[in-house]
This record gives sequence, structure tokens and C-alpha cells, in this order.
Amino acid sequence: MSVHLILFLAFGAVAVAGAINLLAQTHPINSALSLIAVMAALAGEYLLLGAEFLAAVQVIVYAGAVMVLFVFVIMLLNAGVEEHTQGSRIAITLGVPGALIGSLLIAWVVLRHSGTEAVAAGALAGAPKTIAPLLFHEFLLPFEITSILILIAIMGAVVLASKPPTSPAAPTLREVD
Amino acid sequence: MPIWIYILSSVIKSALVLFILLTAVAYTVWLERKVVGHMQNRWGPTRVGPFGLLQPAADGVKFLFKEDLTPPHVYKPLFLAAPLIAVIFALTSIAVIPFGNAVKLFGYTFPLQITTDVNTGLLLILGVTSIGVYGVALAGWSSNNKYSLLGGLRASAQMVSYEISLGLSLVGVLIMSGSFSLREIVDAQGGHFWGFIPHWYVFPQFIGFFCYLMAAYAETNRIPFDLPEAETELVAGYHTEYSAMKFAMFFMAEYANMITVACLATLMFFGGWHGPIFGPVILQALLPVFWFAAKVFVFLFVYIWVRGTLPRFRYDQLMAFGWKFLLPLALVNLIATAIAVAW
Repeated sequence: MSVHLILFLAFGAVAVAGAINLLAQTHPINSALSLIAVMAALAGEYLLLGAEFLAAVQVIVYAGAVMVLFVFVIMLLNAGVEEHTQGSRIAITLGVPGALIGSLLIAWVVLRHSGTEAVAAGALAGAPKTIAPLLFHEFLLPFEITSILILIAIMGAVVLASKPPTSPAAPTLREVD
Repeated sequence: MPIWIYILSSVIKSALVLFILLTAVAYTVWLERKVVGHMQNRWGPTRVGPFGLLQPAADGVKFLFKEDLTPPHVYKPLFLAAPLIAVIFALTSIAVIPFGNAVKLFGYTFPLQITTDVNTGLLLILGVTSIGVYGVALAGWSSNNKYSLLGGLRASAQMVSYEISLGLSLVGVLIMSGSFSLREIVDAQGGHFWGFIPHWYVFPQFIGFFCYLMAAYAETNRIPFDLPEAETELVAGYHTEYSAMKFAMFFMAEYANMITVACLATLMFFGGWHGPIFGPVILQALLPVFWFAAKVFVFLFVYIWVRGTLPRFRYDQLMAFGWKFLLPLALVNLIATAIAVAW
């Protein structure tokens, strides 16, 4: 058993355990922290495959920025403990078989369309210098369309968050602080 | 090189760097008390040892022997984890920082860096420091105290806001050097303009450097941006409920972050270990490390100088400065650099 395989299994175990813990915890902040563990473990898997840039970006964007905002919102709202319910009947009767069928389908597709050999550690050329030409030449249009999509989402968030103008006599909360 | 030499050298380097870093943290605290003292016409620490030089050791012993209080109303798991998170990630980020050229010993070359040169070194530092926010945020939340919570909220909002300017201010240097590797960035800064001005990126990238310095002060929660622990409003901010060594861990994390930020500024803008090299062979080997340390020291001194000079901002001023001035300025600098390099 090579070191890479051991590390791969270790990171995988952390990711799965984090994901299960995310569902099992009753307090939102514990769930959010479990999600951070999942993100960090995924970054470790990317690093093992040789995708250094992707691993670093995964940590910076997901663990460092997106999840900080999650935790920030939970702190700000002071969200309380959630109650566990038994779940709806549809979720159990349709969801569990659906998830099973989905994972079987993915496994089948992956096994059929890839060679019999596993991906070797460090096989992906993940250096920034090999990713940049792909992003800025070959896939420039999808990349730019994605950024426009994000821009539209930001503008939508600003519109939704801004309060309708009130009469000038009554100062809003924002003006006070 | 055989694997056992590699592992042994990594362990020795890690232990050495950790020792130097923790000593530097302790003596930065001493330096701060001393320099701010003199700026305010006081002496600073004088009692313990000559010039108060043993004060950090006395403080360390005091922190270790103080009673470690855990208030009854805190959320315990995160209350204990928060100082650990803060100090672990503050100390980890030093791992990819190179301190000098490679050294030849016993026929092997050892890079003066804990890890070998990773080609995304800068991104790793930014990633690790961005995780450090959780220490502060969770400390504020888990203390279950309104001052702590406000301090934690302020800290996380401030750090997320200024991280964008911090990252953008460094992109100009990345465009000019064409690499994420810290070693390659430093190597690109060798030589001189017109034979006498050092080829440092601070000259073409002075706007980027200004943005970096401002954002770095805010990221490390230092005056004039130390709103998260503003004593006049928040008692002590996110570490109000912490005592003894747990409090000292936040303190250590803050100063270790200052040192990392100073190292990064040296590497990105001030040519790293480049400087005049002269004298016998042993001196030639030591001088690059000396220049690196000297530049880092200058940055730490400026940090303290600013602390002794400037008052604290108001929180809305801090946010307006970050989003309405610093971020556009960093963006303009980025676009101008890109146009200049492409042209």
C-alpha cells in the first residue's frame, strides 16, 4: 500500500465523516464547521492528484471565503438548535433508492469510460501555467459567461437587500449606525 | 538525496524555524512595548533583565501558571478549539516562506525553506491565512458574551473585506513576475535598474504596495484597524472571556501573523534576500538571510510606529475605506499593470 493510497483513503474518510456529521449535528455552526472539514479534505485529494492550483483555490474560495460568510450569518442571526424530524415519507421511499441508483449510475459510467488503471498520483497537470491557457484561450467564452452570471447574481443580491426608500423624516437603522 | 536525509532535514528545519518564529513573536511584543513606551515618553519594560530583555520569558511563565478559567456559559468545544485554530494556522503559514538561497552541506543542497519550492506558494499562504479567520470568529461566538460576539463579527467582516484588496494588490506583482512561486518571484527581483536602484517590485508597483500595506494592517487587526478588540467599546473584543495560556495563544497568533505579513511584503515587494554580498565565503552565505531578516525587522518596526502614531478608525470608516477606496485602487493598479505588461 503506497503512501498516496493511504493518504487518499484518509482524506476520503475525513470527507465522508464530515458529510455525515454535517447531517447529524443539530447546531448550525457545527454543521458549517463539518462542511469546512469536507472542503479541506477535498482540497487534500486534489493535492494528491497533483492539482496544486485547484487545491489552493478550493481552500481560499470555499473554506476561506464562502464558509466564513456561512459562519458569519449563523453568528449574526444567532441561529438556535434545530430539531431532528423523522423526515417526510417521500424522502425515505423515493430518496434513498434514488440516491442508490444515482451512485450506481455514476460508478457504471466512470468504470465504463475510463481505463482499468486508477488515476496515478500527480497525473493531472494542475500547475497554474497549464490551467491558464485553458481558461483564457480554449474555454474563454464559458469562463466569461460564468463571470457574467455571477455579476448578475451580485446585482440581484444588492437589489433584494436594499430597502425601499422611506420618507426622509424617519431615519432608517442604517443611517443611525 | 536519500529519503531519510530529506525527512531529517525537514524535521530540523521545521524545529529551527518554529523556534526562531516563536522567539521573534516574543521579542516583537518586547520591541512593541519598548518602542511605544519611548514614543510616549516612558521607559517600557525595564525590571526583568537588562533593558527588560527577559520580560517575554517572565510573561510566558506567568501565562503558563495563571489559573485557566473557563466561564460556565460558554460553548465548550468551540471555546477550546478557537485559540488552537488561530495559533495553528498562524504558525503554519510560515512553512512555504523561503528565507534565502539553497545551502550546500555534505554534498547535498538544502533550500532555506521548510517545504521544497511549491509552485503555488503564495496561494497556499493566502489560503492558510484565510482559514485563520475562524479562530477569531469562533472565539467571539462560542464565548456567549455580547462584547465577544461583536468583536468576532467585526473581525470576520473586516478580514473578509480586506482579503479581497490584499489578494488584488499582490496580483500586480504576479503579472510582472509570471509565477506564483515565492522563490521565482524573489529571483526575478535580482539586479538593478540603471545600475544602482535595486530591481525591487516596490518601485513599479508602489500603488500595489500601498494597498498591500493597508490591507495587511486590517487583516492582522492592528491599529488603526483594531476595531475587533477596541477597548473603549468592546472591553477586549473576541478574547474577553479568555485567560492564561488561551489568551496568550491569540496574542501569539496575532504577532505570528504580523511576521508572516512582513515576510510576504519583503518577498513580494522588497527583493527578499537580495542585497549587497561581500566578504569571505561564510559571510557570503549568511548575508542573504541577514538582509531578509533586516527587511522583515523594518516592517515590524513600521507596524509598531503606526501603532504609536495613529488613532483608531470608526467602523463605518473602516468599511468605507476598504470597499470604496482600497478595492477600486487595487483594481485600477491591476488593470494598469496588465496593460503595461501586455504592451
